[in-house]
Amino acid sequence: MTSRFMTGLLLCLTLAAFLLSLMAGKVWIWPMSWAADNADGWIFLELRLPRALLGLCVGAALGLSGAVLQGYLRNPLADPTVLGVSASAALGGVLAIFLGINLVPFGLFGCAMIGAGASILLLLAIGRGGGPIGFILGGMVLSTLAGALTAFVISIAPNPFAASEIINWLMGALTDRLMEDVLTALPFMAIGALLLLTTGRALDALTLGENGAKSLGVDLFRLQWLIVLGVGLSVGASVAVSGVVGFVGLIVPHLIRSFYGEQPSRILVPSALGGAILTLTADSLVRLIPGPGEMRLGIAMAVLGAPFFLLLLLRYRRGPA
Amino acid sequence: MNLNVQNLAFAHGSTATLEGISATFEAGRLSVILGPNGAGKSTLLACLAGLRKPNRGTAKLGDEDITAMPAPTRAKRIGLLPQGAETHWAITSEALVALGRIPHLRGAGASADDRRAIAAAMHATATDGFAQRPITELSGGERARVLLARVLAGEPEWILADEPLANLDPGYQLDILDLLRQQARGGKGVVAVLHDLHHAVRFADHIVLLHQGSVFAQGAVDDVITAQNLATVYGIDALLSKDEDGATQLLIKGKMRS
Repeated sequence: MTSRFMTGLLLCLTLAAFLLSLMAGKVWIWPMSWAADNADGWIFLELRLPRALLGLCVGAALGLSGAVLQGYLRNPLADPTVLGVSASAALGGVLAIFLGINLVPFGLFGCAMIGAGASILLLLAIGRGGGPIGFILGGMVLSTLAGALTAFVISIAPNPFAASEIINWLMGALTDRLMEDVLTALPFMAIGALLLLTTGRALDALTLGENGAKSLGVDLFRLQWLIVLGVGLSVGASVAVSGVVGFVGLIVPHLIRSFYGEQPSRILVPSALGGAILTLTADSLVRLIPGPGEMRLGIAMAVLGAPFFLLLLLRYRRGPA
Repeated sequence: MNLNVQNLAFAHGSTATLEGISATFEAGRLSVILGPNGAGKSTLLACLAGLRKPNRGTAKLGDEDITAMPAPTRAKRIGLLPQGAETHWAITSEALVALGRIPHLRGAGASADDRRAIAAAMHATATDGFAQRPITELSGGERARVLLARVLAGEPEWILADEPLANLDPGYQLDILDLLRQQARGGKGVVAVLHDLHHAVRFADHIVLLHQGSVFAQGAVDDVITAQNLATVYGIDALLSKDEDGATQLLIKGKMRS
């Protein structure tokens, strides 16, 4: 009953955060002018609506991916940023731009999603058998390598204007995205999320370790591919459309657990909602910081997320919670 | 219905190899697999549980090949208590026991049947007193019983337990052995990998003694646990006698001098 109440509350908060994202900014736009035929109406339709929809989807995709990765790797420190999945998706995207693949329909999305999916396969190869910290170290390796390669590709980009464009995108933001971009990303994220939502029972079984799960009839090979595809689609599409927005998948499942308990299947939907709430709220707040220009959402999340990661790390060093 | 392996061979990476294993485990008995470290006990159990596919030979439940059974069907009939008492999240005892129902679940929630099986398993292992406590807060003995209840909740015909007594105090070890024996008396097939020879002598109905990947001896306790066999397989000097009730008593005097 409590968890049903919590889910209702999360749904209300998601709606509230979505409405806040539609209204907040240097110019506040109240619901009565949403359909107005003036500047306010135009800002709403062309700027705020795509931005809020993007915040909703990217946040949900990242929150859900974090919850699934943590359950799969049985590690509460796992998250697309920490594991290098986001950085690898970014590398895929940058390569697509450098090689001109982004001119092909879905080229940028395809490359980012392949980057994200491939990084999980690499991670499983590197981290297996290294215990709980093995995947985190493997993720660090991947993250560093993908970052270096990304920097390399940018540095040899022939056109300085393109280079600054890429850097701008990589920093992570929901600003100035066209409705068209949002509608391209949405189906990929939706399919990815649906795949990830089917993993709940298998993740629960993994509470007993790999042999325990196998003895319960869980097909670990199938689960691995569901996660590679699901996270690849969700995180790949998120990065393709909004750059690297980090740590949502780390922070959210952790907070959700204190209300829903730690059973992996029970935190999947709430983590998606929590991710949307956090992303929408943070993206509304960065608009309200006074001063010229606007703080990047990706930077704001990193400033928030890095200390959080440290806090968790210290806590788990003292003994598992 | 018995569980049997015929001329089974297994080799893969760093796991212990098995060669030419033939053995039959009967339902209604507590069978114990013994042998020194690296003899292949856990590998044999993994083959019986269908987790590992033998390179040669067969592992069968009745006359069905275990590796050819669909995983959910196999999981309903053969329950495994894996080595190491691994658990990962701070879920409640009841939620952990409920995981045993996964092979039976259809659709979203738990059925009345599921709830009955979970309650019965927790009652049988006397774990219902702390159903709502997180498993991370339980003592080693309580956790071991909850993990066994998880296997029982699946209502399998066979219970395979891989070193179920590791890291338990003597009293808790006897609790688990009593529970396994109860299950065997109730008609289930029970196969346990054990390290402690005293426990094997006291509780086993049937023993398979492995040595360097092959069956060294198998049969009733008195046929397998002989001073000569223990000297060869473990390199120990043991004294065997009968007490006034006719039960076998084992005294390990020390290592064999070579």
